[in-house]
Amino acid sequence: MHELSIATSILETVEAEAAKRPGSRFVKLGLRIGELAGIDPDALTFGWEALTRDTEFANLALAIEGTPWKNRCPVCASEFVVKDYQSQCPACGEANTRCIGGEELDIAYIEVDEP
Amino acid sequence: MTQIQVEKKVLNENQRLAEELRAKFREHNVLTLNIISSPGSGKTSILERTLESFDKSKRVVVLTGDIQTENDAKRLARFGFPVKQIVTGGTCHLDAKMIEKHLADWPLKNIDLLFIENVGNLVCPSSYDLGEHAKIVMLSVTEGEDKPLKYPSIFAKSELMILNKVDLLPYVPFDAELAKQNARAVHPGMEIVEVSCTKGDGLTQWMEWLDRKAAATFRAQETTA
Repeated sequence: MHELSIATSILETVEAEAAKRPGSRFVKLGLRIGELAGIDPDALTFGWEALTRDTEFANLALAIEGTPWKNRCPVCASEFVVKDYQSQCPACGEANTRCIGGEELDIAYIEVDEP
Repeated sequence: MTQIQVEKKVLNENQRLAEELRAKFREHNVLTLNIISSPGSGKTSILERTLESFDKSKRVVVLTGDIQTENDAKRLARFGFPVKQIVTGGTCHLDAKMIEKHLADWPLKNIDLLFIENVGNLVCPSSYDLGEHAKIVMLSVTEGEDKPLKYPSIFAKSELMILNKVDLLPYVPFDAELAKQNARAVHPGMEIVEVSCTKGDGLTQWMEWLDRKAAATFRAQETTA
């Protein structure tokens, strides 16, 4: 359970963005969280709410977009979504494919009511 | 309503520090390995067996992380090499800042090999880059053979899997072949060594992996330097 640490890091970025935009009200925070990031969205939301309660960000809702685990085949260059842990290339059968997506833990956007 | 594109990694600051550490390890040729497993898989045990086998002139140090107690550092300090405990006080993983802080008074030019024993946990440590050259995941036969499927992130990111406690295989319903198959489903290229820290099986293969990793890391550094 490290979602509270993650929420704390998110809050630091949000505070920095808020400092650049005095008077704005932040209404939504878009996050991108990959399947391999090891983050539970419910636990993160719970941590975020606990952390921001009684702050100016108490009503800042999290919009979490989950991104799938994707690999790329070094032989035939196909890109595919890994399902049921089968990372073998579905096009040519190559076993040793590389992860190109699913590890994201990003703050994508903030929706703001400008003053 | 305006949408501001932020596009920042949540762990931006950790990543920045990890890259700084990686550059320092590279500059001073310090091979850094981050060992991750569930509590009780045998991280401290394999480090004990490893330190025990080293010549006293070996320039090796250990940082060992736990939520509480200095027990692991005490176990590891018996072998005469510098060991420092990182007590996280509740945090379930090590981050790059803790590594930087605890390395501060050890001159890197005097170190060839740094072992980082992470907090026992298969989830959280996988999110934090510590600037290491490789992550090593450890699994023991008293756990389930489906651990790689339950915690794919750490198995996907680790270069080596150490399967420990193989001396207990006759007594537990653990299918070692299935465990390896599961690990390779998640990470096809992963190397696997099977060891018993109590009986000594497989420790030679582990030491050979260490030598190969050190040689490959420093060779790669020389060619790109």
